[in-house]
Amino acid sequence: MSKRKVKETHMPVGECISQYGYIFQVQMILRERFCHQRLPEKPVGMESQHKHLLELLRRTAVHGESNSVLIVGPRGSGKTMLLNCVLRELLEVKDVNKNVLPVHLNGLLQTDDRIALKEITRQLNLENVVGDKVFGSFAENLAFLLEALKKGDRSSSRPVLFILDEFDLFAHHKNQTLLYNLLDVSQSAQAPVAVIGLTCRLDVLELLEKRVKSRFSHRQIHLLSSLSFIQYLDNVRSQLSLPQDFPDTNFYDEWNDGIKTLCEDQSVVDVLQRHYNSSKDFRSLHLLLMLALSRVSASKPAIKPTDLLEASRVCMVDSKANILHGLSILELCLIIAMKHLNDIYEGEPFNFQMVHNEFKKFLQRKSHSIHNFDKPVVIKAFEHLQQLELIKSMDSSTAKIQKEYQLMKLLLDHSQIMEALQKYPQCPTDVKQWAMSAFG
Amino acid sequence: MVRYFTRLRMRRIYKWGGRPYIFDRKLKSYGFEYLNMSVEGQEAVTTVTPGQYILIEGNDDEYPFVAKLLKFFGDESHKQKKALVQWFLRLSEVPQNKKLLLGRSPHPQEIFYYLGRACDNEINAESILGTVDVQHVPEDTPFPEPGTKDTLYVKLSWDTKAFNVLDPVLMQDTPASTPPKPALPLFPPCASPTATPVSRGPVRRALPTPDPTVMRRAGSVSDTRATMSAGKRSTLEAESIHSASKLSASKILSAKRRGSAADTPGVRKKLQLSIGASPGKKMTRADVLCELLDEEMESEKVISLKLSSSVSHSLQHGCSLSPMRSGCKTPNGQRRFPWKLSSISLDRLSPTALGEQDLSRATTPSRRKESAMAIRKPALGVLAEEDSEDSPMQPIALTPRSKRKSAQLVSLRIRKQLNLLDNTQELISDGDDDCFVPSKKDLQSSSDEEKTDSEEETRGRNCKTSVRTPCKTPSKKKDLQSSTDEGKTESEEETVVRKTRGRNCKTSVRTPHKKPSKKVTPSTPRHATPSIPSRTVPARQPGNILEEARARLHVSSVPESLPCREQEFQDIYNFVESKVMDGTGGCMYISGVPGTGKTATIHEVIRCLQHASDMDEIPTFRFIEINGMKMTDPHQAYVQILQKLTDQKVTADHAAALLEKRFSNPAPKKETTVLLVDELDLLWTRKQNVMYNLFDWPTRRHARLVVLTIANTMDLPERIMINRVASRLGLTRMSFQPYSFKQLQQIITSRLNKVKAFEEDALQLVSRKVAALSGDARRCLDICRRATEICEHSTSHPSSAGLVRMNHVMEALDEMFSSSYITAIRCASLQEQLFLRAVIAEFRRLGLEEATFQQVFVQHRALSRVEGLQPISVSEGLAVCQRLGACRLLLLEASRLDMLQRVRLNVSQDDVLYALKAVRD
Repeated sequence: MSKRKVKETHMPVGECISQYGYIFQVQMILRERFCHQRLPEKPVGMESQHKHLLELLRRTAVHGESNSVLIVGPRGSGKTMLLNCVLRELLEVKDVNKNVLPVHLNGLLQTDDRIALKEITRQLNLENVVGDKVFGSFAENLAFLLEALKKGDRSSSRPVLFILDEFDLFAHHKNQTLLYNLLDVSQSAQAPVAVIGLTCRLDVLELLEKRVKSRFSHRQIHLLSSLSFIQYLDNVRSQLSLPQDFPDTNFYDEWNDGIKTLCEDQSVVDVLQRHYNSSKDFRSLHLLLMLALSRVSASKPAIKPTDLLEASRVCMVDSKANILHGLSILELCLIIAMKHLNDIYEGEPFNFQMVHNEFKKFLQRKSHSIHNFDKPVVIKAFEHLQQLELIKSMDSSTAKIQKEYQLMKLLLDHSQIMEALQKYPQCPTDVKQWAMSAFG
Repeated sequence: MVRYFTRLRMRRIYKWGGRPYIFDRKLKSYGFEYLNMSVEGQEAVTTVTPGQYILIEGNDDEYPFVAKLLKFFGDESHKQKKALVQWFLRLSEVPQNKKLLLGRSPHPQEIFYYLGRACDNEINAESILGTVDVQHVPEDTPFPEPGTKDTLYVKLSWDTKAFNVLDPVLMQDTPASTPPKPALPLFPPCASPTATPVSRGPVRRALPTPDPTVMRRAGSVSDTRATMSAGKRSTLEAESIHSASKLSASKILSAKRRGSAADTPGVRKKLQLSIGASPGKKMTRADVLCELLDEEMESEKVISLKLSSSVSHSLQHGCSLSPMRSGCKTPNGQRRFPWKLSSISLDRLSPTALGEQDLSRATTPSRRKESAMAIRKPALGVLAEEDSEDSPMQPIALTPRSKRKSAQLVSLRIRKQLNLLDNTQELISDGDDDCFVPSKKDLQSSSDEEKTDSEEETRGRNCKTSVRTPCKTPSKKKDLQSSTDEGKTESEEETVVRKTRGRNCKTSVRTPHKKPSKKVTPSTPRHATPSIPSRTVPARQPGNILEEARARLHVSSVPESLPCREQEFQDIYNFVESKVMDGTGGCMYISGVPGTGKTATIHEVIRCLQHASDMDEIPTFRFIEINGMKMTDPHQAYVQILQKLTDQKVTADHAAALLEKRFSNPAPKKETTVLLVDELDLLWTRKQNVMYNLFDWPTRRHARLVVLTIANTMDLPERIMINRVASRLGLTRMSFQPYSFKQLQQIITSRLNKVKAFEEDALQLVSRKVAALSGDARRCLDICRRATEICEHSTSHPSSAGLVRMNHVMEALDEMFSSSYITAIRCASLQEQLFLRAVIAEFRRLGLEEATFQQVFVQHRALSRVEGLQPISVSEGLAVCQRLGACRLLLLEASRLDMLQRVRLNVSQDDVLYALKAVRD
């Protein structure tokens, strides 16, 4: 705090404006990083995989050797980033640049082979494409593409890189026609292709039909980060630091020093440790850092430990706690009644009538602050809880059974209920006591 | 599809003409001098005489077979009408892989003199469609430019292996008629059509044959067969082949003989030729000739009466042919010359005289009719005198002369009709143009078909570029002057005429008419060539031994020979060879797990057989391959087979019908088809009709189809096929066993072919490992390739890389076969590991292999307290759970169940504990 004050006092008006500019630049740079808009200089912690993939694709591009490979790793482990880094590097090579045809497909977008084929044809810009439209039926498109690939040969036609994001979803297409054909091309003397699949499923090979599997080369590149916490911390620091070519050296030094001290702060280390324990992937880390970064402004030109703590709190918050805080007393009482029913019947489903009885018992015995509600009002509250999905109907056919007797289950943990009660504003003491007491 | 149904099937009546003469007493066969063809309901009669070039009904309605007629003969009862022919081939009939031998782009009307022996030169005379003009073009002269559409040119001969320069003697020997000069004045080419008949004098309608037997025959034909289509007739005839006559019996005999001695047909042909040309027989016919000649001329007069002015063009052409042939004067030719001329002209006239049906049937595809009719209406008013000249506004500069000529022909006819109809219509405005909407049928049919014939494509593209001009400027069109419009109409008309061959341009031509103001949607490029762009820098060749080895080990590299499958190879070879030799059909079912060389072996067999047929050891055959995985729907199999057989592109239903027809009807010039059906199990449909047909066709008499089917499971016929399908598949089965380790080793060694890149032990390790796991050769080769890479990387610079050793292979094997679950667990975050432990703890507590998230989460919280970690919230816990589920370490229910979703382990508990224990240590 004192540091900032010192700066502000010594700064003339002109510099103040430039300060705004720098902050803006810092936010631009870091946001690009955190939102994965810019590829890192070099992928961290996956050097061997990087080399393997680059070598493989280079051979396809230069020698015309057909290949197929799967990149497997958990979500957020940097599969796409690795691939993009490799492609960037590959396309920097002069010979390769004009010689490869990358085709990007995503299992979430190309949900069946018909769409996928159209997309491939469009991206390859084959001759049955006019403008952005692909003509012909599914069968025609398939025949056309296969014919095109068949006509090519190893030495004269351009290699095609098929990049299949969410590879496992392609395996669910009918007969796996697309995969069979792509992999078959990669195993026969046709146009050189490289089939690169990205997936987070470790058992992806079991999804492939045996003849498709036989045609796949069984190369798998696993991206399983074995990052230690020290490396993780280093990474946080480098992610937050400004690049060398930042225009103002003063600001650059100041910012990077600030980051360095930030990473040495014990509370920050604790927060990061907690995150590291929860998940090692960079995507969740980026989310955390992004939240912290958004609290930086011209008047506060540095990330403080409190920012990070606050960001961590936002990240870790239980999603249902907020819903519970918004409930009415009546709804809260119903939840407590359900909790007691769960205790009594060991998690067996309950219906409205049981909950209502439990609630009435509470009103008769202990309640001082809560007066009696009519049954329709209670039903309304119960339905509201169902709409909020705090309770869930167990019966599949809702139409047959009367609302009061539909079996329900509570989708809340005891700890969540108790926590919510603690934080609930002006919660009546008798309700709290009822919640605490065993067996209603 | 509609296209095929718009064409009306005509019933033709065939009658022998002239007096029969016995040419083979033993077989009681008679020769005949000519054949009269008439279309039912039409009066005109086409006469076909030996020496003429004829069109013969084939599989492709657009391009009927072409042949030269050598002789007519039949049996005593006149039931059988046979003809001996000399075949000519169109380029489309030449096998796909041999087309390149031509070395130049073929002339669209080019045909080739057929020198092969595989085709039967005896045809059913009732399959003759009509006559056609064939001109011999000497090798060094270019094709004549302004030839009419109906003339075909022959320059080269084809002997099933290569194109050769055609010996002109071959073309001249028999037919060479010499239409003398006096014949010309009979048909004054420039005479106005209305004047012609008057100058001719009275017209006499007389059938040329007074022969009572023929008359009787004609009656019977119209009685019994009038309702039958031409195709059916031939089937019928085929069925009665052995009972009806000894002649046909001898044909069967000869067919059998041909199986054993491939060159018999050739000998036989020569024999018949000599019989036909013997002077004795000629004498018997000589007196009939004059009579016939007279009659024929008369009938021509009748026809010319009906002609429009357009006739003069074709007539002119027919006459101009004659001087070319006048040089050769064989006795045969002299005898025939008046015939030749008259029949040529007759044929030329017939299209107009006989009406549109015949036109479409004979030489021009049916589309021509439609298009001509369609265009006629809008063009009526606008067609002016300048039509016949090249109008300057014409967008199509590339139009070949022949096309232009036919266009003129059409336009002339149109004008003629216009005059006849109504003179006032001349004032029809150009607005008519816009009103014109093509019939639904036309559009549909055009979108249904797609030509891939390379010949078509090139022309189609020319067409496209030229036609695009009006297409892209629909608005401009309105501003144009009426004269421009005329020019354009004419050009469009031309294009449509051209469509008889390159139909591709059709839609693009018509689009502006349909919606001239709207933005034109781009037309489907029917002539798109499937190809991948070629690279700018050629692929680098392998530099060192390891790269060389890697290239050789790639599955795609075709080895010189296939080791380890000698027995299977021999069995399949014998099967296919015997079927090809006998001209019969059959099915074979081949099973085996993936990567055991099923498809490769069959390809090898086919390569060998192709080689054998090139060496003339066995008859030629066609090889077609379909793959159940490479089609979107089982019924597409028909489409693909038909496309590979005939280059036609039709819908599945229609393709099935065409194939059915093809395989069940006897057809001349049929060679055996070998069909490979890969991944048979995917052709399964509920009714199994695709499989049924595939296995039923080979059993047909005339199919000459050999079907080789491949699938993975040995008992597929029993498992998925219904009885009638399994029964047709027969019992010729073969099973490919997985490779043993010795075989795998041999495969690698033979592929490497003395490139020393592997240690012997390393090879053995790979092959043993793969043989133990799957026996999949692909796997084996992939592992070896990976091992070379590892070896290359292990050394600092690639040039110094040595042999691939055990450790490299081990590493490659590990990479490919080891499960990644354990590593994945080890690399998981602390909370994820904790959750896995909680899952196991909960399983132990419950004694079940399944628990809800809520239960596991309780355990998880307890465990984290033990571990001294801050407990996580439920949301976080769910996130951890979902992450593990995404990797498939856990199996989860749908996430909407939230806390109640059930959790199972996808790995064994021992694996998890082992992995977690190792982490702690």
